[in-house]
Amino acid sequence: MEAFRDILSWVLLSSGGVFCMIGALGLLRMPDFYTRMHAASVIETLGAGLLLLGMMLQAGLTLISVKLLIIGVLLFFTSPTATHALARAAHLRGVEPKLAAQGNEPSKH
Amino acid sequence: MFEIAVAAMLITLAGALARALRGPTVFDRTQAVNTAGTVAVLLLALIGFLTGRPDFLDIAIVYGLLNVIGTIAVLKFFRYGDLGDPGHDQDRDAG
Repeated sequence: MEAFRDILSWVLLSSGGVFCMIGALGLLRMPDFYTRMHAASVIETLGAGLLLLGMMLQAGLTLISVKLLIIGVLLFFTSPTATHALARAAHLRGVEPKLAAQGNEPSKH
Repeated sequence: MFEIAVAAMLITLAGALARALRGPTVFDRTQAVNTAGTVAVLLLALIGFLTGRPDFLDIAIVYGLLNVIGTIAVLKFFRYGDLGDPGHDQDRDAG
């Protein structure tokens, strides 16, 4: 049982780290502001969620788990709020999304 | 296993900081700093586990609270040009 919990927690921590790195890659490589925001939200939802879940499995039913849950709930509510405020502020200040050129055929794939 | 997660977090932090330096708009930088703050919260929690000192989790909670307030404050400043503005959306959105 102990080994099973360790393996599960290891898998969750590793995949959380991988998702965070994917988000960072998107943050660096995406072409315009709105797509970069989309990439950054991977870090705040899937990356943070999986990492916190993995740490919770390591801690067991203790006060540490409760604190991790508080951090999770905090991120769950604040990061969409911040992202919404960011998108709204950028939109109101006239940051335009990068669109395909007029008349171009959409990609078939 | 926490070492691997900490290494992944440090790589993510490097990516976010690179985006914060490259810009090009202020919103890109704000987004990158917000992401760096989230990553810092996770990094603090992981370091607490790595060193066996769960007190770091309290610091992580405080950092998470400060992070969102900082982001909202910066966005409000760049949207209205003033932190004390009451922000009447109807008037501002029109212009």
